[in-house]
Amino acid sequence: MIHAAVLSGFVLAVFAPAIQRRWPKAGSWMLSLLPFGLAVLFASHIGEEPVRESTAWIPALGADLAFRLDGLGLVFALIISAVGAFVLIYAGGYLKGHRHLGRIQCFLLLFMASMLGVVLADNLVALFVFWELTSVTSYLLIGFDHEREKSRAAALQALLVTGFGGVAMLAGALLLQQITGTLSIEGVLGQGETIRAHALYVPALLLILLGAFTKSAQFPFHFWLPNAMEAPTPVSAYLHSATMVKAGIYLMARLSPALGGTDWWFGLLVTGGAVTMLAGAVLAFGKSDLKQILAYSTVSALGMLTFVLGIGGEAGARAAVVLLIAHSLYKGALFMAAGAVDHEAGTRMIEDLGGLRGAMPVTAAAALGAAVSMAGLPPLFGFIAKELFYEAAEVHPVLLACAVATGILTVGAAGLVAIRPFFGRAVQTLKHAHEAPSSLWLGPAALAAGGIVFGLFSGTAAGGLVAGAASSVAGIPVTAELGLLHGINLTLLLSAFTAVAGVALYASADRIRPLLRPVVGSLAWGPAGWYDALLASMMRFATFQTRLLQNGLLPHYLRVTLGMAILLIGVALVRGTGPPQKNLLTDVRLHEAVVGILILAGAFSSVRATSRLAAITSLGVVALGLAMTFVLFGAPDLAMTQFLVETLTVILLVLVIYKLPAYTQKSSDRTRLRDAIVSVIAGSLFTVLVLGVTSMQLAPEISDYYIENSEKLAHGRNIVNVILVDFRGLDTLGEITVLSIAAVGVYALLKLRPHKEEPS
Amino acid sequence: MIYLLAVVIGGLYSAGFYMMARRSLLKLVIGLALLSHATNLLIFTVSGVSRGRPPLIPDGQALAGGVSDPLPQALILTALVISFGILAFALALVLRTNESVGTDDLDEMRTTEQ
Repeated sequence: MIHAAVLSGFVLAVFAPAIQRRWPKAGSWMLSLLPFGLAVLFASHIGEEPVRESTAWIPALGADLAFRLDGLGLVFALIISAVGAFVLIYAGGYLKGHRHLGRIQCFLLLFMASMLGVVLADNLVALFVFWELTSVTSYLLIGFDHEREKSRAAALQALLVTGFGGVAMLAGALLLQQITGTLSIEGVLGQGETIRAHALYVPALLLILLGAFTKSAQFPFHFWLPNAMEAPTPVSAYLHSATMVKAGIYLMARLSPALGGTDWWFGLLVTGGAVTMLAGAVLAFGKSDLKQILAYSTVSALGMLTFVLGIGGEAGARAAVVLLIAHSLYKGALFMAAGAVDHEAGTRMIEDLGGLRGAMPVTAAAALGAAVSMAGLPPLFGFIAKELFYEAAEVHPVLLACAVATGILTVGAAGLVAIRPFFGRAVQTLKHAHEAPSSLWLGPAALAAGGIVFGLFSGTAAGGLVAGAASSVAGIPVTAELGLLHGINLTLLLSAFTAVAGVALYASADRIRPLLRPVVGSLAWGPAGWYDALLASMMRFATFQTRLLQNGLLPHYLRVTLGMAILLIGVALVRGTGPPQKNLLTDVRLHEAVVGILILAGAFSSVRATSRLAAITSLGVVALGLAMTFVLFGAPDLAMTQFLVETLTVILLVLVIYKLPAYTQKSSDRTRLRDAIVSVIAGSLFTVLVLGVTSMQLAPEISDYYIENSEKLAHGRNIVNVILVDFRGLDTLGEITVLSIAAVGVYALLKLRPHKEEPS
Repeated sequence: MIYLLAVVIGGLYSAGFYMMARRSLLKLVIGLALLSHATNLLIFTVSGVSRGRPPLIPDGQALAGGVSDPLPQALILTALVISFGILAFALALVLRTNESVGTDDLDEMRTTEQ
């Protein structure tokens, strides 16, 4: 069942372009039926026992395509499929008539299926594969508008940052496997104590957190997320608020029963989360582009999630799950509303917007509903989320202060995105604004309504869901009695203070925001600048390396290759070879010595020769010396072949000798000396190699087999010939083929001439 | 003898490498030829050279011990023929290049365009 749920998205994605082409108007609505269906399917599982399904995938590696649907996976799966359905519809309206609408629907469905895979996989390798698939589909989606350079750069940046994290995560997952001996996530979670006590715990934790922090845009890796706003708005609403950026949160939440509860965990997550949520909130309040404000407030919300996961325990788990659901609902809605404003008014800059509520009443209402939830005001779900957030932060006054500061700034940012464009004085916008079509307001309205329903009826609507997920996160059964009223306590007072201070902040936004400019500049571009510098230096190094190794000069390549060979073989030889074989032929007879010296003299004279004829003659001496050697050591067939080939070579050379280029000296003395030294070292290496290799036992049984069976099986008494034409006949066929190709090549080179170019 | 052969092989390789690093195309081809000679001798030597009898089975008799190993011989025989093919092809290339480009200096042939 889960297999089908995850994989159906991949299947439908393949047909999405065709469906969109066939039914241009209704296509998006039809495609959204699958995610709706999946949402209903997942919803029917609320409150049930976890289900596990497994199929063998790469059994040798212990990598199974295993899925497990439990409380935490269920919350994520519901968000992914429900928001996915609305985003598909929204994309249909937002990119109506775009020639690549089918393509983006395909990518969105691929992404949805990959994301479902991430949150439902119960195998670390499968999780990694789906994780990387989300990175790849995110790359395609951010770079959807691929003709613009900025969107290509943003896509690449997101891919590199999250891809880097993905590799780190894989390494961490493999360390976990080393510790626990299993790749199953369920199995890993069962061995929490072993893991935390293990020497590899800290490296594994750091690597996995690197994956989670890059994916979920935690400081200092946050910069890719605001840049990813180059993507069309449906993509931002889906990937960069509701789902993909939460994959890192998912990973931390999923593994917190195994990895959490230690000082390392608390320190890293709480610090990282606190810095991210504060920096994100400040930046959000300082920005003017609606999407940028939303992007930074998403960074801030992701920081809050990391923060409460770091605090952990029942309160942390509950706060994380509720924040997660609330954020997906309101942020998805706000992104889509911002897109609708952009679509209808032609701009997203809050300075150029105002008073749109008359023209776009439904969008305005949806945005307002979502923003109230974002600000954390009753009776919306965001209020409950914030109460729980403050409750979790009560462990330490400093943490509580960070949480309240973030809360106040968030109220201000919520005002900027929902009140500025729609209320106040009407501003003349670029396009004459009117209400967006139903496809554009349905998503935001539905998600905002979700926030209201979950807020008013939190106990019944969300209680079971939250309890199940929080239990998965905490690793122990957690109850969730959600409600708007908890009596008068510290968190309620802090909420009231937050609301008042936030409204005051928003009221004085025009005076405070200009003061934030320098902070915004340095905070936003610091880490992004490191990224640029790193990328640029890598490119410089690659250029330098290419110029060094691949400069196009053949002798240079030879020198580099020889140099490396000398280095590597030399090291291996120095490190030792075995003792020489016993029955080595060590005595030298006079005639053998003469032949050897003849070969060496021939080689030397072919190098020193100053004319073509002398060089070719010396080469002949070498060849004949070789033939003599073959005769002396029991290889008459070789000697015969060598004589024959040499004769042919001489004929060939005589035929062409005076057409060959003249023999000139081109290199300087210095170059020649350097080459001579390198060559002699490389040659000597071969001398040492010969002596080293002869000390090794080769496989004599192959030769013995041929000697044994030459006459018996092949009825031939010349064993070498039998090997060539019988035992290894196919090799000889290959050899003949090579020769024929060479012959054809020679013929073509010498005889065929390109036609003279026709004057045109 | 093995030591002498080892030195001869080293000498052939040195000469081959040196010639291949020259800028003249013809010298490159000569270097290639030297290199294939060196490699043939290398295979011949490392597979256990002996002053044994040729691997021929006398008529009507079983083969007595002390014959040379036939397997490396078969390999080298193939290599000999192939290296002749390569030499012929390389020479044709040198001729043709010299004719079209007007130089045999590798340093002057750095682009694929003329």
